[in-house]
Formats: sequence, C-alpha cells, structure tokens
Amino acid sequence: MATNDLKLLGGWFSPFACRVQIALSIKGLDYENIVENLNPKSDLLLQSNPTYKKIPVLIHGEKTICESAIIVQYIDEVWKNNGTSSILPSNAYDKAIARFWVSYIDDKFFNSLRFGLFAQDDESKKKYFEELEEVLLKLEEVFNELSEGKEFFGGENIGFIDVAFGCYLSWLRVKEKFTGTKKFDEAKNPGLVKWAEAFSAHPAVKGILPETDKLVEYAIALAQRLAAAAAADAAPPK
Amino acid sequence: MEDIKVFGLWSSPFSQRVVWTLKLKGVSYEYYDEDLANKSNLLLQYNPIYKKVPVLVHNGKPISESMVIVQYIDETWPQIPLLPQDAYERAKARFWSKFIEEKSMQMMEFFLYDGERQERAIKETLDILRVIENESGLSEKMFICGNTIGLADIALGWVAHTLPVMEEIVGVKFITIDAFPHLHSWVKNFLEIPVIKNNLPPHEKLVEYFRERRKVFLAMASHHHHH
Repeated sequence: MATNDLKLLGGWFSPFACRVQIALSIKGLDYENIVENLNPKSDLLLQSNPTYKKIPVLIHGEKTICESAIIVQYIDEVWKNNGTSSILPSNAYDKAIARFWVSYIDDKFFNSLRFGLFAQDDESKKKYFEELEEVLLKLEEVFNELSEGKEFFGGENIGFIDVAFGCYLSWLRVKEKFTGTKKFDEAKNPGLVKWAEAFSAHPAVKGILPETDKLVEYAIALAQRLAAAAAADAAPPK
Repeated sequence: MEDIKVFGLWSSPFSQRVVWTLKLKGVSYEYYDEDLANKSNLLLQYNPIYKKVPVLVHNGKPISESMVIVQYIDETWPQIPLLPQDAYERAKARFWSKFIEEKSMQMMEFFLYDGERQERAIKETLDILRVIENESGLSEKMFICGNTIGLADIALGWVAHTLPVMEEIVGVKFITIDAFPHLHSWVKNFLEIPVIKNNLPPHEKLVEYFRERRKVFLAMASHHHHH
C-alpha cells in the first residue's frame, strides 16, 4: 500500500512516464504504478488529464499533476527535505539553464527522433536523422560544459536534464535496431556514450527503462498503425 | 550593482512577457531593441541556439526562451510573486503556462493565411481559447490560477492587446463576451493592471507593423501554394 498516497498513471513504453518513475525512485517514494493501455483511454486518464488526455499523470491524494517535466518539479519540491538528492539545481540560473535544455530536448531532439523513426519515405527519414545528428552534437557540447568532468549533466548526481534526456535512451536503441547505426557516434559523441552507460547503470534508473526488444516490437506495431492512418488520410475521396 | 540587459523587439509578444515581468517586480534593466534584419553581434553571442529575442543577460550570464526567463526573474526577485507558494498550485500554474506557451504560435496562424487555410486556423484558435475558457479555472478566479497576475497570465498577455491588432487587420473577432465571457473579463482585468497598462506598445504603431507583416505572410503563403 502506497504510504504517500501516490499513483502513477503511465506506460512502460513512454519515456515521459519513465521520467516520473525515475524521479520517484531518486526521492525514495513508494507509489502504485497503473499501466494505461491507451487503446481505448481509461476513464481515469480522461478525468485526470482532460486537457491533453495523455500519460503520465501523477495522482497524489486528491491532486492530479500532468506533464512529465512539471511532475518531476512537483516531486522535487514536495519532497525537498527528505534526505535524498535534489533533481533540479538549487540556484535560479542553473535552473533556467536546465529548463532551457529540457525544453530544447523535448522539441528538437524528440521531434527529429520520432519523425525520423516513423517517416513514411526515405528522404524524410534521412533529413530527420541528419537533424538528429546535429542536435546530438549540440548536446555533446552541453554535456561537456554542464557536467564539468563528472558523470552527469547534473554533475555528481543525476539531475533534471539527465532524467529528461535519459528516458529517451530506449527509443534511441530502437533507432539503432531500425537503422543499424549506433545510438551515439563514438567519435562525435564520446561524452554522451559514457553518460548513457552511467545513466543506465544508476540505481535510481535500473529496471525502469524498457527492454529494447520489447520496445522494438511496440515501435513496429506503432509504425504500422501510423502508416495505416496516413494511407487512410491520403486516400482520394470516393 | 546588478547588470541586467534585455534584448527584445518592441512588437514581439514574447519580448513583452519579459518586460512586463521586470516592470512588475520593479527591476531596472537596459533594453536593446533588435532590428531583426540586422541582428547585433551581441545578440548572436548571447543566443546562438535560436538567434531570437528575447534574451536576458544578468551579470553577463544569458538566458533565452521567454517563459524560462520569466520564471528566472520570478525566482531571483521574489517580490510580487508570479507563482503560488503551494507546490500543487504551482504545478497547475506551470501547466497552464506551458499549455499557453505551446499553443501561442498556433493561435496566431490565422494571421499568416487567407482562404480555406485561414478558416481552419481560425477554428483552431477558437478551440484553444475554448480550452482556456473552460478548463483553466477562469470561472472561479480573476486570473489564471489565482486572484493576482501570475505566470500563465504573463504567457497569455499577448492575447489582450496584440491579438486585437491582428483581428482588426484580418477582420475577425475571437473573444466576444457571448462566446468567451471569462476570457473577456480576463482581458479587461489584465489590461487594468497599472504596470501592464503603462507598458503596452502604442496601438497605432503596432497596427502599422502588423499590417506590413500581413503582406509579407500572404506573399509567402501564395508562393508556397504555387509549388
């Protein structure tokens, strides 16, 4: 029984739900994990996130909190003084930098990865994956600057950027399987290669990121659904 | 002595968010208006990622993205707080701020097009406004997530005075008292805040500016159409 009265409405395949799980793990918090199948969306999801109807949703007693980055900040703030490390940096400037990069990752990185993975034609795929490479070069720079020689974007401890970016690692492994190219180029992104190992091995992360094979299966099924939907949209009117 | 510089554009809704926030808190700063056809070296140095305004530089350290800047200002100068004390109320305020920030560009799309594309864009703007009208708590509170101006109101502020300029040029009206009674009140309340009222770009100048932008957008739209 969850003593903090915490429930997470999430899904094993969702990098956003993983963020919340890792945050809860960092803070040493028990919670009930409710897997949302999304097909169809449950009443609980529709009621607790009427605006976006998306996972994850954190249910803390009577309160519902939506949007993964916001949930992570909420967890960090509510359990600020429970003896575990903080997720966001303590000073305002570092917080701003972390928020900026998480926003950049959720925009530039996420979009080039997912559009690349699910693009219907090879030319689009190529374009998106080229963008992805540029984004990763930038993130390599950011990692070198912010880690200051330590293991994580957050320094010695995993922080906001680590949690946000790290949860995409499984999907990068899916891309590896789909395309045959490594998720991080050893020559161009040596920092990120090491970071990925350190992140995946971290005690707060272990067991939370989905297994690659399972996710590949999920991604193939999703790709088929998207292709079918695109074909339906493109079909000439009768 | 604090050294605060703001690189902005007088007509930009995103720049205004930063200016309003600094003014609300009574923080002094140097303002540099950027002619975007001719971006200054200083701006490119401080915001190499997006090369866009607004950028805040505090004691030599740059921050970009308007709502990231607004939160930074709020955390650094706590007077007239834009976020509530309670963590849950804060999460709600951040949620609406994010929703509005994400949807703002989309809400402006009707201004880029004409014909059928514009009709679709108008419908999307209405759908987004309806979500804010019905779900953000405006029926209970004077502002979004509270009875004083907050983060989400700063994000939405452009709707109170820049949107009407776009509406005037295009010939539409979104926030009527019948269709959006809560938003209609919100607009009035927002514009009555002295700091806001005294820090709006001049209406006629804004109309002239956006009239020119409209011509550019329509030219671009028809150019793409012919491909």
